[in-house]
Amino acid sequence: MFHIYCPYCEELREEEEFHPKGQAHIARPEEPDACSDEEWGDYLFFRDNPRGIHHEMWLHAVGCRKFFNITRNTVSYEILETYKMGEQPTVGAEHLAREEKTAREGKTDSVQVAEGGQQTVGASDAAQASVKGA
Amino acid sequence: MSNSVHVYDARADHATVNAQSPLAYSFQRSGMPAPGEEGRAVVGERAFLGHLILRGGAIVLDEALREVLGIGLPGRPNSLTVDADGQRSVQWLSPDEWLLIVPGDETFGLETRLRAHLGGSHVAIVDVSAGQTLIELTGEAAHGVLMKSTVYDVDPHAFTVGKGVTTIFAKTSVILRRPDESRWELIVRRSFADYVYRWLLDAGEEYGIGVARESRHESQ
Amino acid sequence: MSQSALQPNRLAQGGQIDRTHALTFTFNGRSYTGHPGDTLASALLANGVDLVNRSFKYSRPRGIVAAGAEEPNAVVQLGATEATQVPNVRATQQALYDGLVACSTNGWPDAQRDIMRWVGKLGSPFMPPGFYYKTFMAPASMWMTYEKYIRKTAGLGRSPTQPDPDIYDHMHRHCDLLVVGAGPAGLSAALAAARAGARVILADEQEAMGGSLLDTRETLDDQPAAQWLKTTLAALVEHDNVTLLPRTTAHGYHDHHFVTLHERRTEHLGDSAPSQAGHRQSRSRLHRVRAGQVILATGAHERPLVYANNDVPGNLLAGAVSTYIRRYGVVPGQKLVLSTSNDHAYRAALDWQEAGREVAAIVDARTAPEGDLVAQAKAAGIRVITGSAVIEAKGAQRVSAARVAAIDVDAFTVTGKVETLECDTIASSGGYSPVIHLASHTGARPVWSDDIIGFVPTTVAGVTATGGAHGVYPLGEVLADGVEAGVNAATALGFAATVNDADLPRVAPRHEGPACALFQVPHEKATLRAPKQFVDLQNDVTAGAIEVATLEGFESIEHVKRYTAMGFGTDQGKLGNINGMAVAARCLGQSIPETGTTVFRPNYTPVTFGAVVGRHCRELFDPERYTPMQAWHVAQGAEFEDVGQWKRPWYYPQKRRTSEGEGLETMAEAVARECRAVREGVGILDASTLGKIDIQGADAREFLGRIYTNKWQKLAPGRVRYGLMCGDDGMVMDDGTTSCLAENHFLMTTTTGNAAPVLEWLELWHQTEWPELEVYFNSVTDHWATMTVTGPEARKLLTELTDIDLDREAFKFMDWREGHVAGVPARVFRISFTGELAFEINVQAHYAMHVWEALFAHGDKYNLTPYGTETMHVLRAEKGFIIVGQDTDGSVTPEDLGMYWAIGYDKPFPWVGKRALTRSDTRREGRKHLVGLKPKDASVVLEEGAPIVFDPKHAIPMPMAGHVTSSYYSPTLESGFALAVVKGGHQRLGESVYLPMADGRVHEAEIVGTQFVDPKGERQHV
Ligand SMILES: [Zn+2]
Repeated sequence: MFHIYCPYCEELREEEEFHPKGQAHIARPEEPDACSDEEWGDYLFFRDNPRGIHHEMWLHAVGCRKFFNITRNTVSYEILETYKMGEQPTVGAEHLAREEKTAREGKTDSVQVAEGGQQTVGASDAAQASVKGA
Repeated sequence: MSNSVHVYDARADHATVNAQSPLAYSFQRSGMPAPGEEGRAVVGERAFLGHLILRGGAIVLDEALREVLGIGLPGRPNSLTVDADGQRSVQWLSPDEWLLIVPGDETFGLETRLRAHLGGSHVAIVDVSAGQTLIELTGEAAHGVLMKSTVYDVDPHAFTVGKGVTTIFAKTSVILRRPDESRWELIVRRSFADYVYRWLLDAGEEYGIGVARESRHESQ
Repeated sequence: MSQSALQPNRLAQGGQIDRTHALTFTFNGRSYTGHPGDTLASALLANGVDLVNRSFKYSRPRGIVAAGAEEPNAVVQLGATEATQVPNVRATQQALYDGLVACSTNGWPDAQRDIMRWVGKLGSPFMPPGFYYKTFMAPASMWMTYEKYIRKTAGLGRSPTQPDPDIYDHMHRHCDLLVVGAGPAGLSAALAAARAGARVILADEQEAMGGSLLDTRETLDDQPAAQWLKTTLAALVEHDNVTLLPRTTAHGYHDHHFVTLHERRTEHLGDSAPSQAGHRQSRSRLHRVRAGQVILATGAHERPLVYANNDVPGNLLAGAVSTYIRRYGVVPGQKLVLSTSNDHAYRAALDWQEAGREVAAIVDARTAPEGDLVAQAKAAGIRVITGSAVIEAKGAQRVSAARVAAIDVDAFTVTGKVETLECDTIASSGGYSPVIHLASHTGARPVWSDDIIGFVPTTVAGVTATGGAHGVYPLGEVLADGVEAGVNAATALGFAATVNDADLPRVAPRHEGPACALFQVPHEKATLRAPKQFVDLQNDVTAGAIEVATLEGFESIEHVKRYTAMGFGTDQGKLGNINGMAVAARCLGQSIPETGTTVFRPNYTPVTFGAVVGRHCRELFDPERYTPMQAWHVAQGAEFEDVGQWKRPWYYPQKRRTSEGEGLETMAEAVARECRAVREGVGILDASTLGKIDIQGADAREFLGRIYTNKWQKLAPGRVRYGLMCGDDGMVMDDGTTSCLAENHFLMTTTTGNAAPVLEWLELWHQTEWPELEVYFNSVTDHWATMTVTGPEARKLLTELTDIDLDREAFKFMDWREGHVAGVPARVFRISFTGELAFEINVQAHYAMHVWEALFAHGDKYNLTPYGTETMHVLRAEKGFIIVGQDTDGSVTPEDLGMYWAIGYDKPFPWVGKRALTRSDTRREGRKHLVGLKPKDASVVLEEGAPIVFDPKHAIPMPMAGHVTSSYYSPTLESGFALAVVKGGHQRLGESVYLPMADGRVHEAEIVGTQFVDPKGERQHV
């Protein structure tokens, strides 16, 4: 059960108030008629499913009824930021990579980890490319 | 007033027309248990108030509201402003949406005057008076009833006077607000009012919840 | 009769029970007595009840092993009546009350005489290790056979067959800090944070708060620990920012510090929840807690040693022995042998001896134990055998002796001669395992610590494990650790807090020697040949089974677990997991951390369905939405249909007389009557459930043009237009009429079920794609009540009640007008979903009943007939009007529906859905088209959903050509008729299709147009 900060209501609210709406920053092509069938199919149907950083659109359905975006780690479920529609994320895949590196270097030898740490793959190039211009 | 929007006074004359509040059927069907002697939890309907939704920019709406009603628009999220005699209130619902509640017979006049002040601004005013109702909840166990019903934090220290939110209530949604120390207000959609009423009676049973006979049914 | 005769194992004094009151209870049909303060387990032990269950797989007799949530055997069925049955109750966690009735969960026909005893004796050829694994690999039918047998013999508890008389509820809680566990660490942490000003919830699963302080031998500030406990609890109660939840188990840790707690509110009071001050109270309550920080002070579970026949009744955990003696005044036997790997367990022998019973020996696996408790035991004259362990218990229904031998822990061998010590109780301790379940629920993997010989939790940010829960065991350190955790949590939450050592109670220093890592005890025989050495008592998993698993090549502990069923069920590996891992590690020749760990999942202990459901049941299971005319519909005896959460009148059965006497019309009769009334006279429908969206703004018209497939530029104020809405995939998603109220003001209607999704859809496009458009959308669904007056007599009736000019020229089809109806301001829309003359009256919902009743007052002479959704469906289908979601299913385009007239291909903006309509798939030949079907046999009403084929003689499987979407009997046509989607249907008008039915009949139908009645559409224009 997530605890989500609504950037419009400016407070943390319970997940039950929200609806997830899938991958964020999917822009509708400016000129649909100029798209090939394949391009239009990509826009309609194809979404990233990364292990790690994911930018998602959510709706504060029982609340302010505003759509907004979340940067979420799909492994830990940690929500790294939420931001308003039209804004750009400040946290990307490289953020997680940096954190993991720090964690690795800081690790002591006195404890043995029973199983290997998590592997993380960030948002795909395609997702980055489709990020809408500000 | 711009004639690009159709403004319509659809309120009937309550002296000649038999008006039914959203909870009328529920009172008849589920009854109105008397509150326990301690009055630990008491519900009541404030029926037939005027409910207007204001949409638009905060600055332009604030200016018009101050001019017409003498109260300002709450600019902070989740906040509520009540006028001096407690009869008129305006609540933040979203960055471009506020709920204005006034005595029922003031509704159309208020909309008309607001529109006159707003001129051609990009705003919307929508009368939803008959689409929802206001339920009052009082008593020391009121917040216990609410804790059983809503995911929102209703601890009186956290949910301070002057706060108002739209949130989950049981399996529906309500606007929940606290106009003063002693009262909670639930604004409920008409079609869900019966469900909310039955839920309140059930959840409040252990506190001896009852219904205020003198529901403040506001007359014409 | 004396007390001791009634309860042979009850001490004359000591413990926190009230000997002045006796409670009577029944177990497996026999009556016993106990006292307030007892658990069912302590009362059973006091009465000398050794046998509480039969084991799940081998049907071996089992007794009570533990004193808390980790109890694997004493899982009972509770309930004095059929309606109050509760399965899976741990006797160790169930407070005793007068009249309690319990019986063994496993064992059929009863635990004493079990028909499967022979199975256990013969070493169970029936369920060898890997039974589940192999069974699931076998054909499914085999499992069905096994399962029935296993369930019958083993029993897994059962749910009541009668309605539960109790109520349950939920409570949503929010706090700065949640502390789980009110032992010394949790209490210290909670108090430190509360003093700093944090809002604290302290939950503890036991009947009394205090944890280990309830049975410790140690003193605090030179007083019994109970004194400090009392003072601390009083101090917590003083703080109004602290909520204490006793009898409350934190059973699940979910995302972002959302923790679910199960509070047993009345389980200690009786079979069913008593009312309080005349009001019903909930039996149990689920608290849904959102915390800022969480401290896990869940303590540690003692690990039993794994030796041969360690499951015979009389084998207990050492700590449980102390708990029963010190907390409940019960000594569960006469003569004790203690087998231990650590100092701490010595207290069991000391407590036993102080209770006046005999200690045969303490058998310590360490060669030179040297702690203070060891010295104390020796000073008390207790025989201490070092470098040794109990390698086997003797006895069938109860321990009769312990076989003790010197062992080499590292070499895993018995090194000395076996000595047999007579005794009836063997207490064992193999060390302690921090209770890491909740930390594990967050996904954090525990790490092995050689220092404490156990897994300690890692935690996600905001979660702290303290005290025994992360391997800190000496009492003084536990208290300090708790304070530190509380202060750190408060500080992290932004409160000013500091550790003040002076606040900590004084604990007498005590030297403890190092423990040794002993899990499975070696036997003279190899594991596979030795008597069974149980690792998981609840699931009957032995060390031998784990060895077999590794021999069969299962090296991952996750696989071993599934192969053997270790840690399954309600047990969730509380006692057995570490020992099981240690056995696997030994077999695989590797260390425990190399072998891995298992992840614990919610729930920590079982939660009843009642608590999960709360008050979301019966009449409150789901919201029922009513229109303002609901009371009238009910009074008229309407049958209702669920449309989403709405209750809509389905049809109104009237009284009628037949040869069989007076009765109510059947649905078919009622619908036929209602249909005829609309086609021949006048009917009325409550259409208030239709979604209504008020749209205002300078760009409202532009927005409509982008979101609908058809054109909106020229719709004038006073006019109404039908609109079709598609997703950007070109598939129809909703339809409805939209009226132009003014140049920049529209009223959109949606289908009943799509009111909320359509509003969200409009907001989605506005907020994310076209925020520059000046337009606002607001739901007015509940504000306006809608009643449709329709039929040839509709004008005549309405004229009597309205000041609106209803003349056909003044008020044309697809116009709307404003005026009064029955004295109420109203908007009237001349739109038709029946094909007849129709007026849709909108009034504020407050006045809906007034207007509705006025219409009936005037409607009598026209035989005004209320009709429900079924008649509405028949009438609209006769006209070929679609229902989105019935005649469409998300794969149907406007062209598939033949609605070319509603597609504005030449609109300037690339509207939603347009591009997709020219994709190769939407353009291809052979798409399914909406058509009408006319059965050759007029009496046949085709089944909705029935598949359609072109060639009924084709070999099975026949190629499917489509399916029926809507089908009814038409009283007007005096024939069945249907709408259907058929491949290439628009090009096949006049052809026959076939509908093979499950019963072998094949219906033939002709493909026709979709308009069955008044195809020219003249009637709605009259
Ligand atoms: Zn919000």
